[in-house]
Amino acid sequence: MSDGDIFDEMRGRDGVLRAPYAAFNAWFDGEDPRRLRAKQREAEELFRLTGITFNVYGRSEAEERLIPFDIIPRIISGAEWQKLSRGIEQRVRAINAFLYDIYHRQEIVKAGRIPEEMISRNSAFLPQMIGVNPAGGVYTHIVGIDLVRTGPGEFYVLEDNARTPSGVSYMLENRETMLQMFPELFAQNRVQPVQNYPRDLLRSLAASAPEATMSQPTVAVLTPGIYNSAYFEHAFLADQMGVELVEGHDLRVVDGRVAMRTTQGYTPIDVLYRRVDDDFLDPLNFNPDSQLGVPGIMDVYRAGGITIANAPGTGIADDKAIYSYMPEIVEFYTGERPLLENVPTWRCSEPEALAYVLDNLDELVVKEVHGSGGYGMLIGPTATKKDLALFRRKLKARPGNYIAQPTLSLSTVPIFTRAGLSPRHVDLRPFVLVSPAGIKITPGGLTRVALKKGSLVVNSSQGGGTKDTWVLED
Amino acid sequence: MLGKTANGLFWMFRYLERAENTARLIETGQRIALTRLGSTEDEWRSVLQTAAACDGYDARHDAVTKDAAIDWMLRNKDNPASVMSSLAAARQNARMVRTAITHEVWEATNGAYMNVRDLLARKVSERDLPSVLGTIRSRTALVRGATHGTMLRNDIYDFARIGTFLERADNTARILDVKYYVLLPSVMAVGSEVDNVQWETILRSVSARGGFRMAYGSTSDPRDIARFLILDKRMPRSLAFCARKMRDNMGYLAADYGKRPRSFSMADHIERHYLSYDIDSVFDYGLHQFIQRVIALLDELARQIEIDYRFYE
Repeated sequence: MSDGDIFDEMRGRDGVLRAPYAAFNAWFDGEDPRRLRAKQREAEELFRLTGITFNVYGRSEAEERLIPFDIIPRIISGAEWQKLSRGIEQRVRAINAFLYDIYHRQEIVKAGRIPEEMISRNSAFLPQMIGVNPAGGVYTHIVGIDLVRTGPGEFYVLEDNARTPSGVSYMLENRETMLQMFPELFAQNRVQPVQNYPRDLLRSLAASAPEATMSQPTVAVLTPGIYNSAYFEHAFLADQMGVELVEGHDLRVVDGRVAMRTTQGYTPIDVLYRRVDDDFLDPLNFNPDSQLGVPGIMDVYRAGGITIANAPGTGIADDKAIYSYMPEIVEFYTGERPLLENVPTWRCSEPEALAYVLDNLDELVVKEVHGSGGYGMLIGPTATKKDLALFRRKLKARPGNYIAQPTLSLSTVPIFTRAGLSPRHVDLRPFVLVSPAGIKITPGGLTRVALKKGSLVVNSSQGGGTKDTWVLED
Repeated sequence: MLGKTANGLFWMFRYLERAENTARLIETGQRIALTRLGSTEDEWRSVLQTAAACDGYDARHDAVTKDAAIDWMLRNKDNPASVMSSLAAARQNARMVRTAITHEVWEATNGAYMNVRDLLARKVSERDLPSVLGTIRSRTALVRGATHGTMLRNDIYDFARIGTFLERADNTARILDVKYYVLLPSVMAVGSEVDNVQWETILRSVSARGGFRMAYGSTSDPRDIARFLILDKRMPRSLAFCARKMRDNMGYLAADYGKRPRSFSMADHIERHYLSYDIDSVFDYGLHQFIQRVIALLDELARQIEIDYRFYE
């Protein structure tokens, strides 16, 4: 693909400034690049002092790194956003309906829209959840939908994050940093606020409390601990909501409730926003070696004594093999055509698809069905011969473990470099809150940017950075 | 508040206090070494002892030298009481209790850690030592200032204060434990060159030379120094002052929670029975025995606080 094929969100394909960037561009032209360079350094200092760091898996435990922040905002018009958010809401409704269905009557399987083995043989499917009724029928209280863009009105869903999506603290801190550094920009542009997210999150979680909860629900955030890569975010959210940040060893089951050990004894919890994976949640019901969970919490949950957000077993909905069925899932449960496109996906478990993928490997992106964080994937067009041969072997050995997608020509947004503005590929993760009281989508989300020229990998663990994301009031 | 959070606050502030105290001990040792002729090995050994860093040091060194002792106490990661280890532990605990402390306190703690980590990345030369120690002092003072200025006076603050004063009392008691003999009535002529240096060491270790002169004039009676460090209620590092503060904060906690636990009675007991008498009774009891007894009581108190407020279970 040549550069002319790539849609730049500031300059389009033809180099003409797009409307949402008009005010920003006028400001930028009047700025001294030296001042901006100093601001870029100042931003980094702010992040270090606040401690917005993440730990990189596979490195020494003590190592904390900053996710690079780029000061050029990504700007989306109000109209573009409205269209997007309708699609996101539809998709999230369908995901929740799908989760309810597969843990109850499995109508979608009976209707022949999804093969039975996609569910029963899927390691993300939790038999312990069959017949369980979460409060208000909500499974995914917090969802992150990863989107990519290829043209003015063309958005694709790359991936649904229905387990424990992370990154929302960066969305909030990026905005906070921009407000501190460039207050004048916010006077010149009417940017929709994101700062209400913690308040909305708390309301949404409280509204999801078990039906029997009498008074103001007690909410807590469950973290694996300070060595987890997203610990900063866990502490940040607990702090912003004004609730306790607990670890497994702070909790135990007391009189049929999950309770936290306080300085004055055990206090029951109504809603647990857990940032611990299913497998580690309850050593009695799942991985018996887990030190991170609470023995017996699943029994309390099944009896309706606590809300776990997100519900255990939601991973089945963001599995990459299930992803390929999302258009059918949306249609089946909403009766509408999907408003958001899926990226065409070949399921390598199907012989015809596998044959096609093997023949066209150098043009495709191959991903592990359960992978995340950009690990274990192949990007055909930039891969070496050795990598291609390796993946060919992997695909033949375990075809069911992989899916393949075409390499999309992802949109770019400029970043600030020594040489001025320079386009880089981006994606977008909007955050969605779901409760029995309704669905709320924060305008914007987390924009991740591949800092290396031409690179398509935006993951922070692979050298990606982030940007503030603006949705304008039209 | 979570028991774990109380634990984290208690230790965060103990470690901050410890970092500051160790820096002060190094400063004292360095100062004494500069103003004294001959071998300073004994002096550095007693500094190591006071900083509870002797065993670890001996296991890794053949002899006590100034450079090695300073490096061990300042930046060695194998020494859990070194300034660097203490600040890293304070920050680790601060990360754990992020939701309980204000942004100002967190940023001051994180800033102190980052600043000092950079300064201590390499061995510190003798020339740079004073400014490095000065930075450590002012950085920890910033955390204290942010704590006073921005934290609510509630149970969170109480645990922070209890940690601070327990560590401080322990530090003053250890100084006395190592140096008690120079405060005993001796056969040597009082006011000799050696004693003067020793007494100055003690006062410097608690940043109290000026305070002592202000309170007791220019006499150099070792009894006054003992009284000052043990019983003086005006002196913010004396055992009596620290014990009073602990008892006060534990009293606020008891009132707040509507329950008076065992640890409160223990703190009250230490204050009433050990730190309310005059200095003669302390000498009658035996200075060294007295100090050892107080150290043991502080230890028991710390353990009882852990139990009463469910730090671990």
